[in-house]
Amino acid sequence: MMPADPTRGRFERALRSGRPVVTCEIGSPDGADPADVRKRAKLVRDYVDAVNVPDNTGGVVHAAPLAACAILVQEGIDPILHMTCRDRNRMALQSDLLGAALLGIRNILCLTGDHMIHGDQPETKPVYDIDSVILLEVANHLTREGKYVSGREIDPPPDLFPGCAAEPFAPPYAYRPLRLKKKVEAGARFVQTQIVFNVERFAEYMGRVHDLGVDKQVPILAGVAPIRSVKAATFMRDEVPGMEVPDALVRRMAQAGDDKKKREAEGIAICVEIFEDLRKIPGIAGFHIMPINWESAVAKISREAHLQPALGSAKTSPDEGKAAVPQEPQPQAPSAPPASVPLNS
Amino acid sequence: METKEHVPAMLEPIGQVLRRHPKVNLQLNRALAPFENSAKVLLFSCNMCGQCLLHENGYTCLMNCPKQVRNGPCGGVRMNGHCEVKPEMECIWLKAERRSRRFPGRYLFLRIHAPLDWRRKGSSAILNAVAGWPGNGKE
Ligand code: SF4
Repeated sequence: MMPADPTRGRFERALRSGRPVVTCEIGSPDGADPADVRKRAKLVRDYVDAVNVPDNTGGVVHAAPLAACAILVQEGIDPILHMTCRDRNRMALQSDLLGAALLGIRNILCLTGDHMIHGDQPETKPVYDIDSVILLEVANHLTREGKYVSGREIDPPPDLFPGCAAEPFAPPYAYRPLRLKKKVEAGARFVQTQIVFNVERFAEYMGRVHDLGVDKQVPILAGVAPIRSVKAATFMRDEVPGMEVPDALVRRMAQAGDDKKKREAEGIAICVEIFEDLRKIPGIAGFHIMPINWESAVAKISREAHLQPALGSAKTSPDEGKAAVPQEPQPQAPSAPPASVPLNS
Repeated sequence: METKEHVPAMLEPIGQVLRRHPKVNLQLNRALAPFENSAKVLLFSCNMCGQCLLHENGYTCLMNCPKQVRNGPCGGVRMNGHCEVKPEMECIWLKAERRSRRFPGRYLFLRIHAPLDWRRKGSSAILNAVAGWPGNGKE
């Protein structure tokens, strides 16, 4: 069926291995030069198991993440494609899911999507035909049933590995874990959370998630990001909905001063401390680094936070994973999502 | 999957008629939809999607959500509980979640909801439910 490709499924294999998995995000370029994607990929490839490419975050247009992910596949990196419901109706989404599979992309992060109101073209018509939960069901439906939502056959069916985002920092706090459970029921096979700055709130959330048993069903990767400056910190605190930056962190960044070296070092130090705190929270299967156009920070963070090197995304040695992955039975293996999909039409 | 659990069984004969005779369905819809919808617009700021979930979410029309998510709330809710898109409005999902606790349909609120069937937009949700939506009109 599919040509044997060592990149394919590397992320899933890493999740099954039981060691902490690391993923990170690179920005999609604002330019028509594929070398830009390769340059960003090069900065992070040795430190992560998979690389996310966001889909026009914040409602600001960048190059299509599908294309950027295709380049990552060429580079021997297992990409995670963000797919949002903001710009595409269910037909376009199914078409893109299959298109991704054709290009060797199987990890899909299913998102509802930031509204364009915060972007540079707020007058755009929003689509939002379906939401992230349904998109998860759709991706699963294509994979498991080998059919479009309409029931028409897909031959051969794609082998998608859908995942979802979790948002512990936005109200209603009590309902958030239940919504994550909904997503897992819809077929999420991995979870990447919003950036954690408020570790206490996150621990509380993970406690509830643990009570629901969700962390046993799917691996949850905690989102982490380095702060580059006070400006970035205040922007995230005030302008980005769903992100919670405690004032103490903003103050620390302010104290670090204006000197670029100093404030960047402080940002990374904060980030490393958050890693330490997160390690104490049970139920976390790994980390998702979001450097926000600061890809060069990933290497530093990886070193200072003592993240285990990845399976070696760069070097596709034939014995890849043999040494690193103990083949023990994996209790945290992603659960099988429901086969039937409650979709009409 | 949307079910007819909230439709009394004695309405089933009417449902059958509606399914068998699309024309009757259409006429009835034309007659009833304006009344049903304007009442719901006045009372619940209804958006007339034709696939009503009001009874599940504490009589809060979730289609007031700018992203029209059927399985919300989205991740963009502000710290003060207001909508990411319309800062002046409380996130409709927060309101629904709170209000649904007072009504028996709440358990339905926790399930996964199918996406909108856009063919039903503007029609009478009650007739659609009696006819057995979402397959209304097609056996
Ligand atoms: S904040 Fe609430 S009302 Fe606003 S788009 Fe998100 S879910 Fe909808």
